[in-house]
Amino acid sequence: MSFLGSLTIGRKLTSISVLSSVTALLSASAAFLAYDVHTFRQSLTRRIATEAEIIGFNSASPILFKDAEAATAILNGLTAEPSVRAAAILDLGGTRFASYSREGAATPLAAPAGLPLTSQQFGPQGLLVSVPIQFEGRAVGRLLINAESRELRERQWRYAGIVAIVLACSFVLALAISRVVEKTISGPVLDLAATARRVSDGKDYTVRARPAGGDEIGALVSTFNAMLERIEGQNSDLEQARTELEKRVEARTRELAASNKELEAFSYSVSHDLRAPLRAIDGFSKALLDHCDASLDEKGRHYLQRVRAGTKRMGDLIDDMLGLAKISRKELTRQRVDLSAIAERVAAELAGRDSGHRLRVVVEAGLTATADSGLVEVLLENLMGNAWKFSSRKDDPTVQVGRVNGKGRVFYVRDNGAGFDMAYADKLFGAFQRLHSDAEFEGTGIGLATVQRIVNRHGGRVWAEGEPGKGAAFYFTLEGEA
Amino acid sequence: MRAKDILLVEDNSDDIELTVMALKEAKITNPVVVARNGVEALDYLFRTGTHAGRASADQPVVVLLDIKLPLLNGIDVLQRMREDERTRRTPVVMLTSSTEQADIVRTYDLGANSYVRKPVEFENFVVAARQLGLYWTVLNESPEPPA
Ligand SMILES: Nc1ncnc2c1ncn2[C@@H]1O[C@H](COP(=O)(O)OP(=O)(O)OP(=O)(O)O)[C@@H](O)[C@H]1O
Ligand SMILES: [Mg+2]
Repeated sequence: MSFLGSLTIGRKLTSISVLSSVTALLSASAAFLAYDVHTFRQSLTRRIATEAEIIGFNSASPILFKDAEAATAILNGLTAEPSVRAAAILDLGGTRFASYSREGAATPLAAPAGLPLTSQQFGPQGLLVSVPIQFEGRAVGRLLINAESRELRERQWRYAGIVAIVLACSFVLALAISRVVEKTISGPVLDLAATARRVSDGKDYTVRARPAGGDEIGALVSTFNAMLERIEGQNSDLEQARTELEKRVEARTRELAASNKELEAFSYSVSHDLRAPLRAIDGFSKALLDHCDASLDEKGRHYLQRVRAGTKRMGDLIDDMLGLAKISRKELTRQRVDLSAIAERVAAELAGRDSGHRLRVVVEAGLTATADSGLVEVLLENLMGNAWKFSSRKDDPTVQVGRVNGKGRVFYVRDNGAGFDMAYADKLFGAFQRLHSDAEFEGTGIGLATVQRIVNRHGGRVWAEGEPGKGAAFYFTLEGEA
Repeated sequence: MRAKDILLVEDNSDDIELTVMALKEAKITNPVVVARNGVEALDYLFRTGTHAGRASADQPVVVLLDIKLPLLNGIDVLQRMREDERTRRTPVVMLTSSTEQADIVRTYDLGANSYVRKPVEFENFVVAARQLGLYWTVLNESPEPPA
């Protein structure tokens, strides 16, 4: 069966039809032959038995009179029966009394031991018939006739020849028929297979298999074609949806770029237009103080100082706002960033800022992330700057920079400073939002808004924990949670 | 010999007054000529239009050029100056309130000699003006215009 498995469908069909026709023919011929042999043997036996009956009857008196010559003459009458090979008349003791044999057949005939007086049997020598020779109802001897089944063998050869010829003819015929059948069965199947291959190789769903008749294969082909049609339909739907999506994304990107441009123009004009009047206010206040000092009293001078402090503050606010806008616009270039090194750098910078402030900074080694190094530096400057600022009143101010659980992607900056009330934790990251007064700790309130924006740009998260008087911890990630 | 002019190209009268004041406080005595827009600045430099009758052929010792101006902006003026043989080597200081990276890069590409952001506080402004004035009128001998 396994060798059949590897054949093409066409070969399989041919083999099956040839095999079945040959088997049918062979079994039919075998049955026919068996029947023929049987009937032939029956008629031969009947003929020889009749002959033996007659000869047995005629040879009773020669036995009685011990006339061997007459007995031989009677046996010689068997010449007329070509199938008889040999015959013999035996007395009751088994001694041969007279015998006949056709020329060529040399061996004189003898009764095999234990052969009954009346018997007919086929052996390797052919048919052996034995009849008793009787006189007045008493057996006086026996007649043996051996008939050859040469005729039968000839018949069998003839049969074999005929069967071979018919077999050859039917083989050729079966082959021819199966060729035709192959065309109608395996043709469409092969066509289907070729189509399927084209589809799977070329991802071309527009091809169709040639429709076949109304049989099962035809049904298969039309189902296959229907399937292709559906896939093609779905594909084109998908394609359409994709192009639509692409168009939408493109449009959105354009809109985004446009609003980005607007934002840029806005911050540009803010930096230009808001600063100019401030400069005028400050400049002329200064000119008033310098040039009109004589006509000013103490109060007037004080007010002018307040005016100048206000303009300075507003200038700082504008600068901070512009800085924040700049961070949103800056292109993000991700690379391997050594947070530990940056934190050490920031720590050194902080230490240099105020020598009277004995700050202890502990930075965990080997903190790395894939991020924008410039922005990460700004982030750490703000978080560590806050930690430094809000712990400056402590006796042993300590700032720790590290990673949660010593690995993973959550980094933290922790201090043991003033801390804050967790009830306001969500307010921390808003621009210009502060939890401490300017008198306690100086600042604009832009640092954490900047941190939030930097973390957002990286697709990360930032959150804070704190306790008044105990300290604060700021956690952040720089990669999207995948 | 009369000291060469300083050309201040600025449309905001507050800034003009403050700049003049700051230059004076920085003890810079060169006469300050003010152009209120880009066209006027070019007229002065090339002695055309309202400045067609300008006596001296001297180019200013330095041009203090604001970026945001009516008509032609500062960048356009700078470009024209650098294209012309007469003003190619005239020192130009961009004096503006913007710190836009794009502006800075652009003006340096076009051949600005310096870029100074006008500080908000007057003291800082005076310091900047003094540095500017010292640098361009005393320390820096600008090349002679071609004959
Ligand atoms: N480490 C900290 N400990 C306690 N409170 C903090 C800490 N960091 C920030 N805060 C609180 O969050 C507020 C906002 O912080 P943010 O950095 O935005 O502003 P700032 O430090 O006050 O000013 P700026 O950073 O703009 O100079 C702070 O005013 C403070 O109340
Ligand atoms: Mg801060």
